[in-house]
Amino acid sequence: MNSFFARRFVISAIFISVALILLTRLFYIQVIDKSYFLSANNNVLRKKKIYPARGVILDREKRVLVQNQLTYDLTIIPKEVKPFDTVEFCNDLAIDRAGFDKRLKNARSQSLYRASVFEKQMSAETYAKFQEKLYLYPGFDVVERYARYYPDSIAAQFLGYIGEVTDKEIEKSEGFYNKGDYIGKSGVEKAYEELLRGQRGISNQIVDALGRSKGRYAEGKYDTAAVRGDRLISSLDKELQKLGEKLMKNKIGSIVAIEPASGEILAFVSSPTYDPNEMIGRERGNNYMKYLKDPYKPLLIRPIQAYYSPGSSFKPIDALIALQEGIITPASNFFCPGGYWAGSHRVKCEHVDGSTNLTRAIAMSCNTYFCYVFHYLMVQNGSRNIKLAYQNWREHATKFGFGVKLGIDLPNEKQGLIPTKEFYDKVYRSRWNSNTIISLAIGQGELNATPLQMANIECIIANRGYYYKPHLIKAIGEKAVIRKEYTLKNNVGVEPKYFEPVIEGMQQVIDNGTAYASRIPGVAFCGKTGTVQNSRGKNHSVFVGFAPRHNPKIAIAVIVENGGYGASWAAPIASFMVEKYLKDSVTYRASGIDVKQYMEANLLPALLQPKTKEDKKTPNADSVKKKLLLRKDTAALPKIKKQNITKRPVSNKKADSVKVPKPAGIKTATDKPKSTI
Amino acid sequence: MNNQRSFFFNVDWFTVLIYLSLCIIGWFNIYAAVFDPLHPGIVDMSTNYGKQFIFIISAVLLGSVILLLDGKFFSVFAPTFYGVTLFLLVLVLIIGRNVGGNQAWISIGSFRLQPSEFAKFSTCLLLAKYLGDSAPKFNEPKTLLSVSAILLIPMALIMKQPDTGSALTFTSLIFVLYREGLSGYVLLIEGISIVLFVLTLLYNKFYVLGAVVAFAAVLILMFRRNKGFTRIVLVGLAYSVILVFSVDFAYNNVLQSHQRNRIDVILGKINDPRGEGYNLNQSLIAIGSGKITGKGYLQGTQTKYNFVPEQSTDFIFCTVGEEWGFVGCSVVVILYITLLLRIVHIAERQRSAFSRVYGYGVASILFFHFFINIGMTIGLIPVIGIPLPFISYGGSSLWSFTILLFILLKLDSNRMGII
Repeated sequence: MNSFFARRFVISAIFISVALILLTRLFYIQVIDKSYFLSANNNVLRKKKIYPARGVILDREKRVLVQNQLTYDLTIIPKEVKPFDTVEFCNDLAIDRAGFDKRLKNARSQSLYRASVFEKQMSAETYAKFQEKLYLYPGFDVVERYARYYPDSIAAQFLGYIGEVTDKEIEKSEGFYNKGDYIGKSGVEKAYEELLRGQRGISNQIVDALGRSKGRYAEGKYDTAAVRGDRLISSLDKELQKLGEKLMKNKIGSIVAIEPASGEILAFVSSPTYDPNEMIGRERGNNYMKYLKDPYKPLLIRPIQAYYSPGSSFKPIDALIALQEGIITPASNFFCPGGYWAGSHRVKCEHVDGSTNLTRAIAMSCNTYFCYVFHYLMVQNGSRNIKLAYQNWREHATKFGFGVKLGIDLPNEKQGLIPTKEFYDKVYRSRWNSNTIISLAIGQGELNATPLQMANIECIIANRGYYYKPHLIKAIGEKAVIRKEYTLKNNVGVEPKYFEPVIEGMQQVIDNGTAYASRIPGVAFCGKTGTVQNSRGKNHSVFVGFAPRHNPKIAIAVIVENGGYGASWAAPIASFMVEKYLKDSVTYRASGIDVKQYMEANLLPALLQPKTKEDKKTPNADSVKKKLLLRKDTAALPKIKKQNITKRPVSNKKADSVKVPKPAGIKTATDKPKSTI
Repeated sequence: MNNQRSFFFNVDWFTVLIYLSLCIIGWFNIYAAVFDPLHPGIVDMSTNYGKQFIFIISAVLLGSVILLLDGKFFSVFAPTFYGVTLFLLVLVLIIGRNVGGNQAWISIGSFRLQPSEFAKFSTCLLLAKYLGDSAPKFNEPKTLLSVSAILLIPMALIMKQPDTGSALTFTSLIFVLYREGLSGYVLLIEGISIVLFVLTLLYNKFYVLGAVVAFAAVLILMFRRNKGFTRIVLVGLAYSVILVFSVDFAYNNVLQSHQRNRIDVILGKINDPRGEGYNLNQSLIAIGSGKITGKGYLQGTQTKYNFVPEQSTDFIFCTVGEEWGFVGCSVVVILYITLLLRIVHIAERQRSAFSRVYGYGVASILFFHFFINIGMTIGLIPVIGIPLPFISYGGSSLWSFTILLFILLKLDSNRMGII
């Protein structure tokens, strides 16, 4: 004991206060401040996305159209790489040293400890080589991934393709997609993206301080499994599609075949086409550019994006509207002297039909008859109320699917064109009558339709008055769900009884009319040929029809651009398609036409003609104007033509500047050809 | 026989119990820190926990041997221990092995010795011998000079390694000097200096000065009758002003940028979780994420996946914090404070000044380690690399703390006899 005994309490007090300070601080960081707990989780938890296999797409018989194919990515963990023979490595991978260094640098900049892709989608041979030698290259690994594969290389425009997401798409998805993810870019792949992609799984991985994986978090308790994308059963008939693509080879045009009773699209041919397998893998970018620059535009989805004047295929519509409105009866006769005088203009008829009733008018495709019908439709409420009548007529036509999108399950469908009253008011400063717009009577003038709309008209006729929205996917997923909108009947407002005389006429077209050579033995095939004139090349060959007449199974529209008469190309091709679908085989025609001939024919318009000649031949604005002015037999008036003409030089200049003129017949909404029958 | 019995009862078993508890807690936490979740259940003597097991056994044996020695031995040989320590500290600077930037280790075969650890108890012993033999008068220059020499020589040699943390340990012995009669003002000045030092770095120096002046004015106003007190306050004020300016100057002009960074991180002035602050940040996350009851033994993700560097040595408290939570931390803190108060109690019951001074020396050194180590893991003070006594991994530190403590227990068991 000494005099400073009391100081023990000071020292003890200091010890105790320090201990209390420590405990207070511990209490603060452990109990009050919650942020550290989250930080600890952020440290160790890595949410890893598990990508499910994309849904497969089947045809209507459940045959595979698109499936997933294993591909192999070479990955690298830079930190684990040990010295190896780079020369041999580069040889095996078929890359040069500079490429090797670049890839290595890339991988290093991403992460030293995590695997990144060194080489995407190796070929099977490269993979085989690597598999044997992998032990020589520590740090490298081969990872399996799924890519799309199209076993038959068909239906490219219908199926579409997938590609890496763009920044815009990432933004639009509100964070669903990440860089490097794949997304449907066109066709069904795009339209059904949300079903096809499936549900991603999340795997909660634990990583250590260096980012190395240390297994699953909480034995996977919080993981979610990936759910594979829905299987889509399309309405397509694979064999029919194959035949269609073969028939359309080396031709520009479309085939659309629909099952009238359901609206299911049986064939969806857009020609020229491309191999969808070229839109996957490492060459995708190059191939895409190649097709984008191709003057025949294989990327255009012609069945829903190309415009054609419906021409004669429109005539039955006029008849049906007139019957429903009570303007004519099936027995009504009009006299055809070989043409129709619309004011000062004469609409020419190819033949002098004399006194013609409805069935005969359809069978003979009598222009005069339908001009009368259209005229009476327009003046039904008196000649002063022609605008009201026109609107009424337009409403009817719209119900048949003209000028509106049909709502097919593909993106970027075009709606075609059927002018509004306001359009004519503007063009003719309100001074117009049935004569002014008489070309509409025979499906010409400003009228434009897509091949899909033409095929849909045949469905309506086949069904005697209604249609289901045409669609390409008939069942989604294991439960085979179908979108409700495709199960609803769309009535066109024409009573079934009015269809019979029209259909009778259409059967006669084939049995003893223009398409006589395309008869199918034992099948009541109804149809209508069309020969669509256009200013920039040979006429387009068009055929629409359905079969059999009673209880129809297939409705079809075939367009062969620059094919000439409807009966010479489109009708035979349609007959082969119909026969294939109904009888599962294609027979030799008694008329001597053979399916092989059609497959082998090349109707592509020449592209690279001698420069000097081509320059002279290329119509400039003046020559086009002259031509159009001289052609007095067409009903369209100069004022409309002026509109067309003013636009033409622009497109011509464009064509000249790239030295590759556009092939005739690839139309846009501004490109309106004339057509006659 | 009787003698043996009384010896047995005279050993302070309560202290031994706390000691063993801390060692065992240490071993379990080292096991957790080293534990590899991918290869559990492999008991391997080459791992840290395997070695620590051997260290603990040998430390207990070492403690028993100390208890069996004659109590006079330490008093008599205190200068010898000190001399040998100084020799080793010089030797380590010449032939020592450099580990992690510190030339602190002497290798003898596969065995490595850290002389600075042993300097702790030998310095305590010599200080006790000096202060116990001569009734010290701290106002005499001779006493101050001798005491300074005893403390500063090993400090300087350790600084030379350079092992700042271990060297700073010796500053804690100021508690001993205070207890033996050093003016309370010295302790007060030290306290005020530390507070001002931190405040100056944290805030604008003029605010700090303003606060100091205001505080001094209040004090003078309250005790205005007492002229002597006013004078003391004024001297203190002058000292404070000089200190604030010199700290500010030193911080801005003397310290190198990485040293400044280190201080800034601890003061929270810069946020740098990947650089200087990485250790501290991960340590805080580990302890903070333990919440009240912890994540459970071997369940700490920070611990298992090596987010905290040096976890089994200096940052072992992170494991306690993460896996045992606030409850576990409190148990450890309470064990330490109990041990410290017990040691103070033991020191005060000694009849010889030598034993008492030595006892306070033990308490001071343990207190310093306890405060600095835990304080740095929870971000109260800068990261200074010193171990947590009895818990941190390491043979040298465990043995030196054991020797330190058990010499006191030996002296205590002999307290009835005059040494």
